[in-house]
Formats: sequence, C-alpha cells, structure tokens
Amino acid sequence: MTQDENKEGIKGMANPGRYGIERIAYLLMRLTGLGLLGYFIAHVYETSNILRGRMGWDDFLAMTQTTEGHIFLVLVIGMCVFHTGNGIRIMLGHGGVGVGKPARPDYPYDPASQNYRHKIGIYSSIVLAAVAMMYGMAVMFGE
Amino acid sequence: MAQVSSVADEQPPNPLSTTKSILLRISRFNPEFDETNKFMEFTVSYEKWTTVLEAILDVKKHHDHSVAVRYSCRQATCGSCGMLINGKPRLACFTKISELDSNVVTVEPMNNFPVIRDLAVKFERLFDTHHKIKPYLINDDSEVNSNEKEFLQSPKEVENYIQFANCIKCGLCNSACPTMTTDSSFVGPQALAQAYRYVADSRDKGKDTRLDIIDESHGIWRCHFAGSCSQVCPKGVDPAMGIQFLRGYLLGFRS
Amino acid sequence: MKESTIMKIHYGTALASVGLVAVHILMRLTTGFSDSLSYENVLANYRSVPYVIMLELILILLAVHGFNGLRVILLELKQGRVYEKAVSYGVVIGMIVLIGYGSRTIIMTNMGMV
Repeated sequence: MTQDENKEGIKGMANPGRYGIERIAYLLMRLTGLGLLGYFIAHVYETSNILRGRMGWDDFLAMTQTTEGHIFLVLVIGMCVFHTGNGIRIMLGHGGVGVGKPARPDYPYDPASQNYRHKIGIYSSIVLAAVAMMYGMAVMFGE
Repeated sequence: MAQVSSVADEQPPNPLSTTKSILLRISRFNPEFDETNKFMEFTVSYEKWTTVLEAILDVKKHHDHSVAVRYSCRQATCGSCGMLINGKPRLACFTKISELDSNVVTVEPMNNFPVIRDLAVKFERLFDTHHKIKPYLINDDSEVNSNEKEFLQSPKEVENYIQFANCIKCGLCNSACPTMTTDSSFVGPQALAQAYRYVADSRDKGKDTRLDIIDESHGIWRCHFAGSCSQVCPKGVDPAMGIQFLRGYLLGFRS
Repeated sequence: MKESTIMKIHYGTALASVGLVAVHILMRLTTGFSDSLSYENVLANYRSVPYVIMLELILILLAVHGFNGLRVILLELKQGRVYEKAVSYGVVIGMIVLIGYGSRTIIMTNMGMV
C-alpha cells in the first residue's frame, strides 16, 4: 500500500463476489465484449481466405471444422447472446426504464434501481446464452 | 498481535445481556513510514447493539490509542466513519457487529481514496468532484426579490429529489464503484447523484450547465449501471437511479 | 465529438447490428451449418448484392461498436493526456483498418476477382 489513491485496480473491478449479480453482469459484459471483438477481428481475417480460391477456403475451413473449433464457436454464441440480452437491459436502464421512481427512502434502504426487473433481465440473458449454446452444440456436433 | 478488551464491560449490568466476543482486525498503515499495511488483532466483547465504531473506539481507549479513525456523530449523519468492514464499504457507526454474522471483523480504509493513516482517508477529490457539478440551486431569481417571496413546491416535486438530498458525502459509493477502481478521473457516483439532485429540483435552472459538465470522457458515460454504489449507500440515496435518469436527459428520453 | 454523441452511436450500432447479425446467422442455419460454409455456397452469398450490402453494414456497425467499447475499457484502465489521445486515435485507426480489410474481401469476391 502506498500513499496513492489506494485503488483496487483490475482485481477490484473484476471481483464481483461482494456486490451480487449486477456486478457479475458488469464483469461478464466486459469479458464478452472483449471476446466478441477478438472473434470479430479473427472472423474478418478468416473469411478473407475466400480470396485464395477454393483450395485456400477449404484449407482454412478444415482448420476450424474441428471439435476445438466447434467448442470455440459455441462459446462465441454464448458470449454473443449474453452480450445482446444484457446490453438491451443496460440500454433500457440507461434510458431510465425499469430503475424505479424517486421516493423518500425507508430503512433498510433497499435500492429501487436494483430491482427484480433488472435481476430477471440478467438471469434471462444467462439462461438464453446457455440455451443458445446448447442449440449451437446440437447443430454443430449433430451433423 | 492479539489483545483482549470488552465494550460490554462498560455497560451497566443487564439481565438480558448476551455478551459474545469477536476478533477485530484493524489495518495499520502510516504512509510516511510504512511500505505496506499490516493487521493488528484484538479480541473484543460485544452486545447485539455494539457497533464496529464502538469496538474500534474501545481498542483505542484500552489498548492502542494510536489507531487512526475519523468519526464524529456516531449516528450515520456526518459521513465520517466510512471504511471497509469485512471487505465491503460501510459506515462503522451504522454497522452492528451482530449483523455481520462473523467471528472475525476486519476493518480497512476505504478503497479509491488516498490513505492518511490506518482507517482515515483523504476526501479532497470527493469534495472537488462534488463541487464541480455545482451543488447548489442555480436560479437568477431569488426568494428575496421574487414577487412570490418563496419558491413553492408540491409534495410530488419534492419527492423527485429529496431522496438524493440525503447524501452525507461519506464516500462509500465511490469506494464501491467498479469504474473508480481504475479510473482516477471519473467524476464518481456521489457527484453524479448530486448533479441529479439539483437537476430534478423544480427551483433549479442549471440543468444544461450541469449536463455539459458531466458529458465528457470521464463523466457520466463511464458508469455502467453495476449498481454497487446504491447497494452500499447507508442513507438510501440510490445513486445508480439518479445517474440513469440523468443519462436519460442526455439521450433525449427525458426533458 | 461530445461523449454523449459517441455513446448514442454506440447504442445505435448495437441495436442495428443485433438484427443484421441475426439474419446473417439464420442464413447459416437455413441450408445446414456445414453446407452453408461450402465454397460454392459462400461464393454465391458474396455474389448476392443485398447480402453483400448487409455484410458491409455488419462490418461497419460492429467495427464501430467494438472498437468504441475497447476505447471505453482502455480509458477506464489508465488515464493521462497522451495515453488517452493514443487510445482514441488507435481505436479509430483499428476501426478503419478492419473495415478496409473486410471491405476488400467483400468487394473483390463480389466482383469475381477470386
């Protein structure tokens, strides 16, 4: 500890245990966003192999059509669905939708903005992501 | 280092007394001499109404008067005794040991604030950001020269902001905020909630000025609605709600 | 550009890309996942003008949204005038390079330069 701002750093940002599901959603949103950007860049590069003709395309496709490649794609599907679902929840919240109404606070001061609507939104995004991943697995491994 | 003390001993005998004891771990750090913090341990007796602040003051009184802690009102009004209690930002005077449901209570200085010594932190930046959003009514007219002599508000108009006027500037929200764990320039939930408090006040005419102030790269958009600020607020201010409403103005959802 | 304008673009690109990416994924599923990725099928997709316009839109929308998201994360990680300028210019360059590279694939394939 030094006489600086005593900041927790990335460890504190990434430590969701103390603050419930909303903080976990915050962390997952970041991680899935970064993961999807990485995948998007890789996907743009991957599809550029079409310019190498049939041989180039088939060679590259063979590298991705593996068990590992399919598992990676299933993860991408999960990240995409969670990021979309939770993103829509956050956008609605940012517009002031579903965050409750100002009122005189009463003890024990449960915050109205951390209400069941947003919790349901987070859990739904996680469940939808899981369902989409299972569907993705069925499509890719079922063939 | 472990020492024994009893807050309960100082109370008059009580037939309903159910004295128990906990291990109180206090973070010790003096930035002038220390490289890192260390913990001192004290066994403290407590009753179900004993607060963490009382336990710390008991340690100061009986064992080590050099423990640095800031406090004043002891009733969650002055906002002085914010600290990390078992890893979560809380007011020491507003947290009963019995509510923590643990035999070990660890107290540390709040994160995201520079440490003065032990449990006392500097509030300069919090007050600077609070000041930055113009925490006062902006209105060219005044109650002195207005024809009506006073600015009347309906109960509904008062309800729009009264919750946010409860802020005691304790800094717990800034300590819990995930953005503030890394962003030294972020204006923070405390200041943003106060910006909403004045924007929502029907007597105030400074909405556009304040929205301009917070609409910058380390302003309101660095909030991601994690809601940790609202979860730790000891006065029910709910900064996350105020911030989303404020953002609604900037996105055009509110006028 | 004002931060609120940037964030409006961030939300707008997110919403628009959700719909378009859904269509893009459904196109993979309608003909069977493996078949849809066959050389002939992919080439046929690239030769279809409406599909190519959609791909180009997805490319632009996701590049803008993704790189702005990266900018937000990087700005929150570290502060400083030089660092923040480097991040802002860096993500714009990243965006342009990615859109340029992806557009090259789309345009060349569409024009039969394979």
